[in-house]
Amino acid sequence: MPRHKAAVAVFTTLVLAGCTTDKPPAVQSSAPAASASQTAQGSGTGAQSKFFVQADFDAQLAMRSQTPQGPTDKPWEQAIAPKMIDTAKYKKDGPYHLCFSNAAVNNPWRQVGWKTMQAEVGLHKEIKKFTALDAEGKDDKQISDIAELQAKGCDALIISPNTTATLTPAVTAACGKVPVIVFDRGVETDCPVTFIKPIGGYAFGADAAEFLVEKVPAGGKVLALRILPGVDVLETRWSAAKVVFDKSKVQVVGVEFTDGDAAKTKSVVSDYIQRHGKIDGIWMDAGATAVAAIEAFEDAGLPVPPINGEDQQDFLQKWKDANLTAVAPTYPTYQWRTPIIAALKILKGEEVPEMWNLPQPKVTSENLSTYLKPNMPPLHYALCGCEDLPGFPETWGGKKS
Amino acid sequence: MKRALPILAVLVVLLAAIAVANPFFLEPAGFLAFLKRAAPLVILAAGQYFVIVSGEFDLSVGSLVTAEVVIAARLIDGDESATWPVLALLVVVGLLVGLVNGVVTTKLRVPSFIVTLGMLLVLSGAVFLWTGGAPRGALSEGFRVFGRGGLGPLPWSVLILLAMGAAAIWLMRADFGKTLIATGDNERAAALSGVRVDRAKIFAFMLSGLSAAVTAILLGGFAGVSAQVGQGLEFSAITAVVLGGVVLGGGRGSVLAAMAGAVTLEALFTLLNLYGISGALEFTVQGVIIIAAVAAGAIRLPRKFTPRRGDAHAAS
Repeated sequence: MPRHKAAVAVFTTLVLAGCTTDKPPAVQSSAPAASASQTAQGSGTGAQSKFFVQADFDAQLAMRSQTPQGPTDKPWEQAIAPKMIDTAKYKKDGPYHLCFSNAAVNNPWRQVGWKTMQAEVGLHKEIKKFTALDAEGKDDKQISDIAELQAKGCDALIISPNTTATLTPAVTAACGKVPVIVFDRGVETDCPVTFIKPIGGYAFGADAAEFLVEKVPAGGKVLALRILPGVDVLETRWSAAKVVFDKSKVQVVGVEFTDGDAAKTKSVVSDYIQRHGKIDGIWMDAGATAVAAIEAFEDAGLPVPPINGEDQQDFLQKWKDANLTAVAPTYPTYQWRTPIIAALKILKGEEVPEMWNLPQPKVTSENLSTYLKPNMPPLHYALCGCEDLPGFPETWGGKKS
Repeated sequence: MKRALPILAVLVVLLAAIAVANPFFLEPAGFLAFLKRAAPLVILAAGQYFVIVSGEFDLSVGSLVTAEVVIAARLIDGDESATWPVLALLVVVGLLVGLVNGVVTTKLRVPSFIVTLGMLLVLSGAVFLWTGGAPRGALSEGFRVFGRGGLGPLPWSVLILLAMGAAAIWLMRADFGKTLIATGDNERAAALSGVRVDRAKIFAFMLSGLSAAVTAILLGGFAGVSAQVGQGLEFSAITAVVLGGVVLGGGRGSVLAAMAGAVTLEALFTLLNLYGISGALEFTVQGVIIIAAVAAGAIRLPRKFTPRRGDAHAAS
């Protein structure tokens, strides 16, 4: 009967798929308590990322304890250990036309930042025109955006690069025509007048990992959740955490990729809870799915172990409501204000830091209440530095309380 | 029932393999957690089955799920009292999208592959435009309870799955099921023998839209708002249906087998994950299954014989 053939074929495929997938971990399956996807190397964190640079790591970790210069109530104007450079050659009279090539607005972090930047522009009367192009997350579009903006008579060009290597030639080309300000992700050239960023990914990853090492008992099982491999800003976060975990007594039972998807995160965490019976700590390279990870414990009827998230409202709210043992390193969205300020300084011939390292605070249980704003939407980032800007909170989706 | 046997055998083997790797799976709580996770895909596969058995495709369900979750979050915005009206709206939107797919396919004679591919793009573009790339708002607890909570130890999603599954099986045993299979098997013959072919197909698309709405409610409830929630679901659903032995092109296969195919696919993913081979391989596995199943179907058709087409083998 024909049907059988089909059934047999499908069945064979399955069996074959089953066999091939069975083989590699067969050794491990006899000891399911051992590490999962990454081969155990002592602490189970796997090999170090090829993006890891020891000098940068050391520099960022040191910056965490340095006191930034500038007004303390305006962290977006502060800089850590700035090396000021002269900008007299860019000096010109206003009013100014500022241009901005944005990598994308495709996640809540960038949306909050983008609104903050627009509000910052509104503060300055000397900006007569602000032209922004959204590259929609595409390198090729951003390359043509940058070329297009050069033809628009911009007095200064702000660039938030989509990727580092691919955008470098485009940025280099623009440097010859207008003063360029790069922020968020970097480029492989020092031609921009200033590069603005918070301390960085190593500090983020280490802040979270150090907290877990402190709170998780020796031998405790830590699950590390990452969005995806191969992105420098995320690789640095994980590689710093790896260094911290390797030196500690906690056991990293798994390093999993979640694609930043809440359902997948929740499933992965549920699987680990089932497989190991108990997970004693969760490390995350980004906070967007932290609440999903927490829910996996709640739905399993287990207490939520020490966890790190980010400064998103939903996580902070959960933290307070469930009284979690948590920490939230940040990658502050207030850095979107700085490029506008920097551009105006440059055009007025004032000094700016060559590397503008912004402070990168972390939310702890002590300062949680100052960052938690219940009238803001769940995906809002607390460190927007936008509270004093016109249109707050409505423009950021919040309600007047 | 007979038709669902091969896939059920495969399923039992996979479930046994999971149980070996993870004994917790054998406990009621462990198995229910698995079913709860499988429920959205199973429901989506049931909806996709109606369309496939009638000889068409519905590629729009994945982005429809995303759109529904994003719409729900934006409209509810954490407001508990908005839960029920929004739930009703989601069902209506699902049916409406199905209606459009069905009408364009049947009345304008555009191949469903193109219609629903277009709908996929339209919906994902619209979602992107409306949200600016990242969803806003929040789902209420009342909304989330369907994907998260349960009636005692029984998750709501499992109960909803049982109800939807029973309804799907009943539909296929009723006259509608027989006309739908006849339509998929030989549209012209069915039309000549008095079946209102277009109406059957439109109804099938609407069922698929409805299943996408329910899937969205369960998935949104399970893990909250996300702009990636429906990504790739259309392919998972089609793979599941094909895995259940339903023939692409229509006319053959049972809805029970399609749903069993979805459970099997989910079991396969769970097994891969248990052995630490998660992520990227899921798509590869789905691709292999689709090609293998269609190839298997193509090999046997020319060889012997005359299948007993369009007869009463409809029921599961």
